[in-house]
Amino acid sequence: MNEPDVEVVETDLLILGGGMAGCGAAWEAGYWARAHGLRTTLVEKAAVERSGAVAMGLSAINCYMGMRWGENQPEDFVRYVRQDLMGLCREDLVYDIARHVDSTVHMFEDWGLPFFKTEDGRYKREGRWQVMIHGESFKPLVAEAAKKAIGPENVYERIFVSHLLKDERTGRASGAVGFSVREHKIYVFKARAVISAAGGATGVFRPHAVGEGLGRIWYAPWNTGSAYALMIQAGAAMTQMEHRLVVTRFKDGYGPVGMWFLLFKGKVRNAYGELYEETQAAALDDFPPYGQGRPIPTPLRNHQMLLDLAQGRGPHYMRTDDALQALTQGMDPKAVREIEADAWEDFLDMTMSQALLWASNNIDPALRPSELTLTEPYLMGSHSSATGAWVSGPEDLARDGYFWGYNRMTTVPGLFAAGDGVGASAHKFSSGSYTEGRLAAKGAIAFIEDNGDRPSVDDGQVGTVIETLFQPYRVFEEFQGRSTKADVNPNYFYPKQGLMRLQKLMDEYVAGLGANFMTNEPTLLRGLELLGMLKEDMARVAARDRHELLRCWELWDRIRCAEAHARHVLYRQETRWPGYYYRGDYPKLDDENWRVFVNSRYDAASDQWSLETHPHHTVVD
Amino acid sequence: MPTYVNPDKCDGCKALDKPACAYICPNDLMVLDAAMGQAFNQEPDQCWECYACVKTCPQSAIAMRGYSDVVPLGASLTPLRGTESIMWTVQFRDHRIKRFKFPIRSTAWGSIDPHRGAPVPDPARLKDPHLCGEDLWLGVDTLPVPEGRTA
Repeated sequence: MNEPDVEVVETDLLILGGGMAGCGAAWEAGYWARAHGLRTTLVEKAAVERSGAVAMGLSAINCYMGMRWGENQPEDFVRYVRQDLMGLCREDLVYDIARHVDSTVHMFEDWGLPFFKTEDGRYKREGRWQVMIHGESFKPLVAEAAKKAIGPENVYERIFVSHLLKDERTGRASGAVGFSVREHKIYVFKARAVISAAGGATGVFRPHAVGEGLGRIWYAPWNTGSAYALMIQAGAAMTQMEHRLVVTRFKDGYGPVGMWFLLFKGKVRNAYGELYEETQAAALDDFPPYGQGRPIPTPLRNHQMLLDLAQGRGPHYMRTDDALQALTQGMDPKAVREIEADAWEDFLDMTMSQALLWASNNIDPALRPSELTLTEPYLMGSHSSATGAWVSGPEDLARDGYFWGYNRMTTVPGLFAAGDGVGASAHKFSSGSYTEGRLAAKGAIAFIEDNGDRPSVDDGQVGTVIETLFQPYRVFEEFQGRSTKADVNPNYFYPKQGLMRLQKLMDEYVAGLGANFMTNEPTLLRGLELLGMLKEDMARVAARDRHELLRCWELWDRIRCAEAHARHVLYRQETRWPGYYYRGDYPKLDDENWRVFVNSRYDAASDQWSLETHPHHTVVD
Repeated sequence: MPTYVNPDKCDGCKALDKPACAYICPNDLMVLDAAMGQAFNQEPDQCWECYACVKTCPQSAIAMRGYSDVVPLGASLTPLRGTESIMWTVQFRDHRIKRFKFPIRSTAWGSIDPHRGAPVPDPARLKDPHLCGEDLWLGVDTLPVPEGRTA
């Protein structure tokens, strides 16, 4: 193997990830950095125009208060999120998103994002928090603003960042190292503050389809948990890594259901025409007080569906036929066509596969219902789930232990997080993640201003990382030819093979789909043992080309997320989110002992984890 | 439904400095076969069917074939993306056809003027909770704080 070129980039603020949060950070940083003569650099493993979870587009913005019309106040949003998360969220962070998010959404409209409007000029609501958009070009639009805000010369694409750098003396974040996915080249970014906005994790658990449809999962398959893996390795405190997201979606295509539930008032009926919220109504009584609260939390709705399935009452259908027939009764044909177009656009803006699946199965939604299913688990912090870093909130909303100097800074000085990267602050979605990027960027610029010196970057540390990055090439070079079929070799495995191994063990031992989301302490301990051996074997992961090298490091991301998740699930001795996962040995929700955050810290030098609880404080009654 | 490339249409983007599909794919899937001079999907089971390459291909050479383990054959879904709108043609397995057209952007591409209308950044406001231009964009006069608190 030839020695790679090494390019060193000196910057002030380094943003890792160019999705919604990263683009929000770039936009805000561009503004404040200008006043202080600072350089902002954004690094993305793909092309910012179509990267991150919104690459494909969106049909709704799911976090918008509408304060200018008096529709909702931040207090309302905090109460909603707290109920959906069954009592646990960082209310300062959630409040902070809510009070700022409208400004973000109004800017999107000004830039050219088309919104559905009501006759009196308001955004058309899909639900209480959701507004409808024609969002096919949502991401290209946001990308254009981000690139202009920091200067296109400061956007580095097709670079996969695998490691953060820290000043060994002060522990302060000092940059990152990555490799080009297009050239034989290493990049060393030296910075005064870093924002980890590199996305949540898919592919940690085995999905429904494991053939060619492996990639047709609900959340983006290129979200491999980089935001978490980078921060975990750097020793940042992580919170709620036991949390996860399992959602009900249209089967096989994973198309969105929000519009059908909220706007079209669709009902989900089981195979016998029953409503599962009625057949399983009593199940809510097992999880007070959240089971009695409204709306019913997402995990509890999953729980009711799982009970219905276990009783042999599935499959469950979204009754698109009933909903559309009721909605269009007596309408003129033009109005009916508009409703039909809205129904199709919901998929065509953000999950085209579902539209193709309808066409492939000759389904006309006005005549025939569509089957629903529960997805495999995802680790993410922006939807009805809250894994991520433990960060400082804003000073004016501080509670005991919630503020340490700079908004959205992790417990590593100079390292900030946003979007899926921030824990205990759910329901941000696209607009809230963008807003959180803005908050993190302003906090990071303030940090840079207060800490005038540049943190030092140790050449030895950089050299060790560089040596590690291309190890998968060396493994393949050394051992290829030791078998007549390259795919089966006792000395190495490919990243796809490692991914299958990870997904299988997580599915079976850490409450995946195949285990009906059930686990217990002995099962988790066996899972962690298998995970430990997989980590050891990663010294033998082999790459034949640059694409496969990318997959090797994405697999490392997923493994780090998987371990954090398993250790947190083991630590929390209760079942707080039935329908997301069940601890068979602790089947009840235990507010008295466990209405607390579980935080972890990983020490890379010793490969040891430490876990502890942190109290929950309210900001809103 | 991974992408596939029509060999009669793909010209390897010879006129561009890099193939458009390889540039845009969020998952590093589309690559150029150097010998053939044409693109292909190098890892179909990691395709999310996001259509980024289909929409951007200057030759309209890329299409989808439903996932082999999930989707019955025979249907197609074809976009035609312009600067202001996108047109979708849905062809069912039983040959029915539906067409839809949706707006994608209400301003000219490249027209965003970042931080337009926002005041010159005031270093004294770096530590307050207000984000750039919120006086202009928030839609209410004051940034909310919970009862009993002041910003």
